[in-house]
Amino acid sequence: MRAYLDPILALVWKDILLELRTKDIVVSVLVFSLLVIVVFNFAIEPSPANVGIVAPGVLWIAYIFGGVLGLTRSFGLERDSGNLRGLMLSPVSRDAIFFGKMLANFLFMMLVELMVFPVFAVLFNLPLWQPELLPIAMLATLGISTIGTLFSAMAVSTRAREVMLPLLFLPAAVPIIIAAVETTGLVLREQELTDLAAWLPLMAAFDAVFLVVCPVAFHFVVED
Amino acid sequence: MPRSSRGDKQKMAQSPSQLPPAIAARGLHKSYGRAGVLRGLDLDVPWGEVVIVLGSNGSGKTTLMRVLTTLTRPDNGSVLIGGLDPHKLGRQVRSQIGVVTHDPLLYDDLTGYENLRFVTRMFGLDRADERIEVAAERLGLSARLHQRVGTLSHGLKKRFTIARALLHDPKILLMDEPESGLDQESQTTLDTLIRDPATSFRSVLITTHSPERAAAVGDRVAILAKGLIAHTEPIGRDTDPDAIRRLYAEHTGPGQ
Repeated sequence: MRAYLDPILALVWKDILLELRTKDIVVSVLVFSLLVIVVFNFAIEPSPANVGIVAPGVLWIAYIFGGVLGLTRSFGLERDSGNLRGLMLSPVSRDAIFFGKMLANFLFMMLVELMVFPVFAVLFNLPLWQPELLPIAMLATLGISTIGTLFSAMAVSTRAREVMLPLLFLPAAVPIIIAAVETTGLVLREQELTDLAAWLPLMAAFDAVFLVVCPVAFHFVVED
Repeated sequence: MPRSSRGDKQKMAQSPSQLPPAIAARGLHKSYGRAGVLRGLDLDVPWGEVVIVLGSNGSGKTTLMRVLTTLTRPDNGSVLIGGLDPHKLGRQVRSQIGVVTHDPLLYDDLTGYENLRFVTRMFGLDRADERIEVAAERLGLSARLHQRVGTLSHGLKKRFTIARALLHDPKILLMDEPESGLDQESQTTLDTLIRDPATSFRSVLITTHSPERAAAVGDRVAILAKGLIAHTEPIGRDTDPDAIRRLYAEHTGPGQ
């Protein structure tokens, strides 16, 4: 088990170290997400009547489209100086490489989400402390980073990878995005949290499917 | 004389000549679209020998290297690396081979030490710091270990790439034009490493288009032309590069 986990943790350590040096992913995703929230805030003028309806969509648009930027960069930096080949030459299974990259993407996306949420809450006059959103964000981000990592690896070999990634990723991520928007809406509208019981298992089920299918598909993506 | 004849080989319980080859490729075919790059290539690399695959641009050297390093599956034919099928036992094969490619396989924003440390973790190696120290010392990189790779010259990056390939003390070294970007001093260091008596059982396959490099380190030259090994011949360190050049022209024809 440790032999399997070590390379995964090594990849995460390497990606965190690179991010601390370059700040490429977190800064670009953070700036993009904040811009989306600010622009929507001016465009829709949130009021107590509409905030519960529009705010969940705005929040997840900011997270998802910002996340696409980070996902593009994720395998881009591996491809740039042939490092993807370096990873493939390591005596570790392809799925360990997949999980290492996926875990790093998950951590970066969660970090940005945690940084963006307070700004969102202030601009849309919502309570800052909403612990019910944490499991929703974690489940949604897990699914998004899992499927996003696969499509990032797929798109990085194509000529127009910045265009290709959202084209591949967004349709596949739709079930998770819908569930995330619906559950976030329930929390922000302060509706009965028992309604969450219908959505959270659905998200967990999609996550489970993605976690099984994506590492297997990754083998075929990186094989020549 | 081939390096395998040196006395220290006698330490081996079994003579290298009695063992199956370190690399055995049979009938390798690989095409990209309609273009056949490898067309039934056969190649043996015995244990302890330095085999130079000499070929011009586009002769299939890099594709051959990709197949041998488990990165590309051949369309047809078989390969055994250290007696193992790389496409069934890829992880075991990758733990036995050290690879030097055209690409540096290094992260520019990490230091040399961090890059090598990452490799030791991916390979699950113990005594990581000791290994890094030894590899850096052998390649003259000790003073550069804590410098970001992106700030290094191409030649120094190449030396780090070679250090990266040697960290896990591989039994088989596969080097795709390792001399490119190296100055004379670095080439001499590389030659010393390749011919290190302490690793005399190690097999080395080098692809190059330089007869001088073949003469400097090779025990055997294999001429690659049109996706096939056209000829193999033992050579020695005193072989004249012009003789290799003539041999090459003889087996590939003019214009290759």
